[in-house]
Order: sequence, then C-alpha cells, then structure tokens
Amino acid sequence: MGYGVNADDSLKEEASQREDSKKEVLRMEIESRSENEEFARVAVAVFMSRMNPTMEEIDDVKTAVSEAVTNGIIHGYQGKEGIIYIEAAVEGRELSVSVRDKGVGIRDVKRAMEPMYTSDVTGERSGMGFSFMEAFMDEIEVLSEPGKGTQVIMKKQIGR
Amino acid sequence: MVEPGFSYEARGQVLVIHLPKELDHHNCRSLRYETDLLLAENYVTKIVFDFSKTVFMDSSGIGVLLNRYKQMERSGGKVSLYGAGAQILRVLAIGGVGKLVPQYDSKEAAIADAL
Repeated sequence: MGYGVNADDSLKEEASQREDSKKEVLRMEIESRSENEEFARVAVAVFMSRMNPTMEEIDDVKTAVSEAVTNGIIHGYQGKEGIIYIEAAVEGRELSVSVRDKGVGIRDVKRAMEPMYTSDVTGERSGMGFSFMEAFMDEIEVLSEPGKGTQVIMKKQIGR
Repeated sequence: MVEPGFSYEARGQVLVIHLPKELDHHNCRSLRYETDLLLAENYVTKIVFDFSKTVFMDSSGIGVLLNRYKQMERSGGKVSLYGAGAQILRVLAIGGVGKLVPQYDSKEAAIADAL
C-alpha cells in the first residue's frame, strides 16, 4: 500500500502501454454515470476469467472495482460528467487494475483512506470504500493531485 | 441493469425490504428516500432485509444497512436479514454489520426474531 501526490498522466500510462508479450491488457473508458458501475465490475470479472479464478476471487475483484469506480463517480467527478479510465492487466498470476479519473482529486490521501472517513454529509455513505479495496485486494496504491484527478492501482495474486 | 431496485412488504409492524440483484451505489440511491417515507407514514418496529435475490453488494449496501440499523436503534426497533449468500456474508463481515444485524435462512425466521 502506498500514498502519492502525483496524478501526472505521463509516466504510469506510458509504462503500461509498452507492449509486453506476456501481458494481456483490457482498457476501457466509461462515462461517470452510476449505471456504469455494474458494467465496469462485470467487464473486469469477465476479463480475469482467463486466469481461472475461484468464485471468491472474482467476487473480491468485482467488489474492489465497484468501490474504486463509485469513488470516481461520487467524489472524483462529484456526480458531474466525466470519463473513468479503467485498465486491467494479467501478467502471470498477477491481476492489476487501475481506475483513474480526471476529477477534483484528493487533498489528503492518507486521511481519505482512513476507515470510516467520508466527505458525505447525508450519512448514507459508509466511508468504507478504501478499506474494502484493501480487504479484497493484495495491494493498493492511490495517486492523487487536487484539480487533476485520482488513480487507484490495485493488485491481486490469483490462484494461490 | 435498468432493473428497478426495491420492493416493500408490510407484515404488521414489520417492514420487509426485498433487495435488488445488485446492491451498489446506483441501486441504493432511491432506498433512503423510500424507506424514510415508509417509516414516517407507518408504525414500523422492525425492518427485515431480504437478500435472497441479491448476488452482489459493495460498501454502498453497508452504508444503507448501517443507517437503517441506527434509525431503528433510536426508536427502540430491530433489524434482521435473511437469504444472504457467500459474497454478501463476506462483505457484511468486513463491513462490521455481521455482528450488529442477526442473519437467518428464511423470511419467517428473520421476522420471528424481529418480534
């Protein structure tokens, strides 16, 4: 797990776009509408099925992707229009998923990741999004810069 | 994906809430408003959540459950649930709801406990 304050598109993206013969990649862009949350997690689940995951592993990844995409829609774009960039990659037994938005960003990533922290005032949000991503994946890294956006990179070993 | 979210069933003072297949942020949006209306207009002492059709839940579902739990706790009421499958049970446990809300196999058992 790590914290960062650099949502600069260039480095991470270039690195991930270098074609590696052993690496298989899914890239998608979805509009930041809540209807698309289900589509996003199901697409990643179908993509990872080539790794012969267990039902539990699929559920774990679906839950984590759902949390990250929901964060992008609610917090990143504040319910307004925008694009969520999702990239999933399979390399050996490792699945990595990146969920990125070009929304408002997070000023204090460490604080945002504290269990039960929520900026929501209706009381309807549990504040457990990042805790869920940590619980269901092996590794999570959050890169964010106010005004530029947020990228969540999550990794999980499949078939241990 | 355009499936309507929730249906409600009144059993005396027990409100049974039948949850949708996918309990995520999208499908949770209408629940707060609808249950608040129902609770304001009816004397409800117990809420029973039906997970028997639900195959997916994320932390949005936890937010909804915790909020109803707090609401009922304030008025001296109870909350229980039934029909939760493997993914739901794991999410409930990690979300800390497992200990607060008793879980049952059938609707009758969940209602009986709530009484």
